[in-house]
Amino acid sequence: MNHIVRTDLPPDQPAKLIDDFAPPLILPGAHALCAGCGEPAAMRSVVEIIDEMGLTKRSVAVFGIGCYTMFSWGLDMEVMQALHGRAPSLATGFKRVKPDSIVFTVQGDGDMVNEGLQEVIHSAARGENITCVLLNNGVFGETGGHMTATTVLGQRTKTSLEGRNAATHGYPIRIAEMLAPLEGVAYVARGATNTVGMVWKTRRMLQRAFELQQAKAGFTFVEILTMCPTGWFIETGEAPDYLAEKLASFHEIGVIKDVADSKASEAQTESA
Amino acid sequence: MTVRLLEGSEAIAEAMVAAGCRFFAGYPMTPFTEVLEQMAARLPSVGGVCMNAESELEAVGMTWGAAAAGVRAATGSVGQGLSLMQESLSEMTFARVPAVILNMARGQGDYFQATRGGGHGDYRHIVLAPCDVREAVELVQLAFHLADEWRNPVMFMGDYYLAHVQETVEVKRIDFGPVADKTWALDGSTSGSGNARIVSPIVPTKRGAGVYLNYGQYLETIGERVRLMAEGVTPMVETLYCEDAELVVAAYGTPARIVRYVVSQLRAEGLKVGFVRPITLWPFPEEAVFKATRSARKVVVYELNTGQMFDDIRLAVRDRDIRFIGGVSYDLDGFGIAPALTPNNVALRIRGALNSIPREVA
Repeated sequence: MNHIVRTDLPPDQPAKLIDDFAPPLILPGAHALCAGCGEPAAMRSVVEIIDEMGLTKRSVAVFGIGCYTMFSWGLDMEVMQALHGRAPSLATGFKRVKPDSIVFTVQGDGDMVNEGLQEVIHSAARGENITCVLLNNGVFGETGGHMTATTVLGQRTKTSLEGRNAATHGYPIRIAEMLAPLEGVAYVARGATNTVGMVWKTRRMLQRAFELQQAKAGFTFVEILTMCPTGWFIETGEAPDYLAEKLASFHEIGVIKDVADSKASEAQTESA
Repeated sequence: MTVRLLEGSEAIAEAMVAAGCRFFAGYPMTPFTEVLEQMAARLPSVGGVCMNAESELEAVGMTWGAAAAGVRAATGSVGQGLSLMQESLSEMTFARVPAVILNMARGQGDYFQATRGGGHGDYRHIVLAPCDVREAVELVQLAFHLADEWRNPVMFMGDYYLAHVQETVEVKRIDFGPVADKTWALDGSTSGSGNARIVSPIVPTKRGAGVYLNYGQYLETIGERVRLMAEGVTPMVETLYCEDAELVVAAYGTPARIVRYVVSQLRAEGLKVGFVRPITLWPFPEEAVFKATRSARKVVVYELNTGQMFDDIRLAVRDRDIRFIGGVSYDLDGFGIAPALTPNNVALRIRGALNSIPREVA
C-alpha cells in the first residue's frame, strides 16, 4: 500500500513533484474566496472550455457584482465589469458591434435573478448571441448570507431566519425553466460543482453553449449550482451534500433545452 | 454645400451619424422619441446598430457595452428617463467609458440633474447646451470628440423646441482634430496575453499588473481627472452688448434664444441691456460670466424653472445685485412647451428689472 501517504509519522522520503500545472487564463495569485466555495471551480471550468475550444483571442467576459467579481481582475481575459444586474445589457451592446467575438456574462443569483431579471429575460427573448453563466448558490454570499429569489423553501438565511416559507417570502424562481420556452433561446442547462463528476458534466454544458454561440444559434444559458457553506451556515465538508439535497432537488440538474434537439423533434413531427 | 430644411431631431440624428456614431439605444419618451425614431431609420443604412431597449436601464447598459468596444455610441432620454439611468451614468464615468448622452429635457427643471450629476459618487459630465438647430449640429459632434478625448460621458442638453423647430442647416462631419487611438477598447485580442485589458468602474487593473490600483486608489485618480477636465475643457459662452450694459440677462437653451431677441429689441430702443448665455453648462464659464457683468449694476437670470443655473450665475458674478426673473411654465402634457415663453412676457420681466435699478439723482 505504498500509495498511501502516512500523515501520522514524519515522511520516510523527500516530497516528490508528480504533476505541476497552472490552469489556463487564470493569473497567478490566490483568490480570496472562502474555503469550500463552489465559484472557483465553476469559473475555472468556463475559462478552460474557452481555452480548449481555441476561443481565447476573441473572448470577452462581462462580470456582475458578487464574490466572483474578484475574477474580473484575476483572469487573464479581457473583462468588462458591469453593475449589479446589468451584465447582459453590456454584453448585448458589445456583441452587436463585435458580432464575431465570443461574449459571456458571469452573474450570481442575486445579480441575475433579483436585480437583473429584466436584462436576462429580454436578452434571451431577443436571441442575443451571448452566453450567460449563472452561479447559483441560493444566497447573497457577498453580503453575508441573505435570501435571494432562488433561495429554496426551508433554507435558512439571515433574512429568513426560520427558513424560507412561501407565505412570508414567496416562492423561489427557477430561472432556467423560465428562459427555456423563449424562441430566442438556443440552449439552457443546469450543472453543479458539488462533485468531480458534476464539474465534468457542467464542462460539457459550457462547451455546448459556446459551440452554439459560435454558430450564432441564439441565446445560450448555463446555470451552475455552487456551494456556499459560509452563506448556508454549515460546515464546509457538508456543503456538497447540502447542495445535492436542498438546492438540486428544486433547481434540477440537466439539459433543459438544446435547439438541435428541438429542431430534430420538429422534423420528426413534420414527417409523422 | 447641401443646406436642407430639417427638424431639430432629424438634424441631431444626422449630425450624430456624421460624427461617426454607430450605436444608439433608447426607450421612447417625448421629446427624446423623435431622435430615437431618426436613429432607428438612419443607422442601419450606414452599418450601425439602433436598439429598442426595454428600459432606460438597459439602453444605457447597451451603450456602455458598445462604447467599451471602441465604437462611438450614444443614448439618451428626458430627465425622467435619465433618472433611471443615473446608476450607470455614474459608474460608466468611473469606468472611463466615452459616450454621448442626449438629455432632451422637458422644460428646464433638469439643470441640476445634468450639471451636478444625478447619480452617486464624485464625478462630472461635460454638458453642452445649444440654443438652436445649427448650434446643435455642431455641439452634438463636439460631444463625441470631447467624450473620446476625455474618456468621459458627455451630455448634450436639448429640449422640446430644439427637437421640433425646423431650420435650414448643413450637416457635415466637423473635424475637431485628432484624438488618441482607443488602445483601451476591448475586442478579445489581449485575452490570454498575460496583459489583458479591463474596463471596470471598480478595479481597472489586473492582479499582478505593473501598476495595481485598489478601489480607493482608483476613486482618487477619478477625482484628479475631474480637476483636469475642469481646467482642460474650454468653457463656451455667448455674450452680447455686455460692454456698457447696466443690466445683464443670463439664460441657456432655447429660452436664451428668445431672451437674446428681446435684449436686441430693447437695445434698439436705447436701453442698456446685455445678454450672456453659457453654452458649456459644465465646466461653467465662470470667468466669462464674471467679465461680462463688470459694467452691470444688476444681473437677472431667466430660466423655465425655480432658479437652478441661477446658483452658478450668482457664484460667477460675485458682488453684483442678482435676481431671478424666470419661472416654471408648462403645456398641458408637461412636455416643456412654455406658455410664458413669449417675447412680450420676457420683455416685461426685463423692463421690470431695469426699472428696479435705482436711478442716481443728478
